[in-house]
Amino acid sequence: MVATTVAATDDTLIKRPNAFRRLMRRKGAIVGLVVIILFVLIALLAPLLAPYDPTKTNFLLVRKPPSAAHWLGTDEIGRDLLSRMIYGARASLQAGVISVMIAIAFGVPLGLMSGYAKGWVDSLMMRIVDALLACPFLILAIAMAAFLGPSLTNAMIAIGLTQTPIFIRLVRGQVLAVTVEDYVEAARALGNPHLRIAVRHVLPNIVAPVLVQATLAIATATLAEAALSFLGLGQQPPEPSWGSMLNVARQFISQAPWMAWWPGLAIATIVLAFNLLGDGLRDALDPKES
Amino acid sequence: MLTYIVRRLLISVPTIVFVSIVVFGLQLLLPGDPALALAGEERDPQVIAELRRMYHLDEPIWRQYLIWVGNVLNGNLGESIRLKMPVGELVAAKLPVTMQLASMAILIAICIGIPMGIISAVKKETLLDYGANVVALSGISVPSFWLGIMMILLFSVNLGWLPASGFVKPSESLSQNLQTMIMPAIVLSSVTTAIFMRHTRSAMLAVLRSDYVRTARAKGLREPRVVFRHALRNAIIPVVTLGAIQLGELMSGAVLTEQIFTIPGFGKLIVDAVFNRDYAVVQGVVLCTATGFIFLNLCADLIYFLVNPRMRG
Repeated sequence: MVATTVAATDDTLIKRPNAFRRLMRRKGAIVGLVVIILFVLIALLAPLLAPYDPTKTNFLLVRKPPSAAHWLGTDEIGRDLLSRMIYGARASLQAGVISVMIAIAFGVPLGLMSGYAKGWVDSLMMRIVDALLACPFLILAIAMAAFLGPSLTNAMIAIGLTQTPIFIRLVRGQVLAVTVEDYVEAARALGNPHLRIAVRHVLPNIVAPVLVQATLAIATATLAEAALSFLGLGQQPPEPSWGSMLNVARQFISQAPWMAWWPGLAIATIVLAFNLLGDGLRDALDPKES
Repeated sequence: MLTYIVRRLLISVPTIVFVSIVVFGLQLLLPGDPALALAGEERDPQVIAELRRMYHLDEPIWRQYLIWVGNVLNGNLGESIRLKMPVGELVAAKLPVTMQLASMAILIAICIGIPMGIISAVKKETLLDYGANVVALSGISVPSFWLGIMMILLFSVNLGWLPASGFVKPSESLSQNLQTMIMPAIVLSSVTTAIFMRHTRSAMLAVLRSDYVRTARAKGLREPRVVFRHALRNAIIPVVTLGAIQLGELMSGAVLTEQIFTIPGFGKLIVDAVFNRDYAVVQGVVLCTATGFIFLNLCADLIYFLVNPRMRG
């Protein structure tokens, strides 16, 4: 009987492709991944790719439409839009990734602690999470950015902190499910200390949902950074960011509409890419999909 | 029913208490001395000392919180430094504008998102389904502030059909009010439409696979009757509750929309307050929005309770 079960399990394992292969079968996820890699490369190679200095003004080239010399046109003080778009990718990706890293750095340990400790620690933590989730994300991020002062760093901190409760709740839920598993009971029975059980046995088994949430959270954080920069609370001039470029473009919409086309398209593309990858990852890591 | 409502209300109390701590705690993020931040350009030590006394900044932090909560419970949210008006009055004046915008947006989202979700589920894996999914994914990914700018470019600058910005009170002219509000409402509804579409689609797909729908089909009922009378009635339950929660999200999204279309609502109030370092207004808006959000969540739970027969049983 035991042998039959093991054989059946092995057979299932052989038939079941791994999560990475499942991910690679999803066209949407692949498109998303390729777009993200492309944007990361653009951000990393910005000094090599940008044809002009993104902050250099030229008052002879104010609000020029796209041309052979300036592929995406120029802005209200004659700066090359292509160069600003390329450098702007840095701010957007940096904000997306760093703010989610902040959220993970706080959210995962707190969620782990809450789910593992249970009792009053869990109850208190959940009430705090409820309170933070009750404050609409963007309004709380704006308020935090306002109190911290407008800058890209502070915008990232504000976005990261406002995303933290989502990770706390997610991790706590996963930990509650994992801690009743036999292998955790076994680790406990063997006399392992709590910290070791939490870090060595529980944490590795909740990585998948955290990874999915992180991918989707980068999309939200990128949009939030663009929104804060659009409101003047993120990246400060003259440094470029897609959100702040849109804010300026709004004032010249009838005279120079091209100033608004590109930053918006870039934000939509990168957010869409992270959403596609996140959806694909969720499906690929879902055991029901196998 | 009454027990459920009372229990649900009691659960909301600690959440509101913690929200008040979060909102009060925002001022702790101010770098340096809060009195100096409140004083702005003013550097007279006497003025700063007076501000410190007036705002109880010389008291221990827990006492400052209790004084602040006491004032809030008495309806005193503080005073706007810039407008020299009580924050409560400002919020009360701006809230109806944002409520109108959010209500119009949710109506648009219901009218477009739910039918799109139904069609997408019924015509699963057809061109219609793929098209609806692309629209939904775009709705979630395209930044509303860019969509707003593009709509201004098309409908105001190029076609001249609608005003690019401004606001007319409905009491002054309803038609002009609708003209100024329709474009912002469409922009604000974009994300919610996508969310409604996705939820309706997945709920409908789950219900269409269920035994009772199969039984209804086996009885020889016509497909529209199966879809609308049997499937939709059950699939719509989670979507209805989602509507109440989304109304809260729309209040948040209105910040950007109001900024683009220069609508003097709740969102514009907080952005203007941020730039004028009007911290009492920022705190007041966050507190009111969060409380409203908790109330809408409560409504969502109660609606779910009322429309779901299994919950009542």
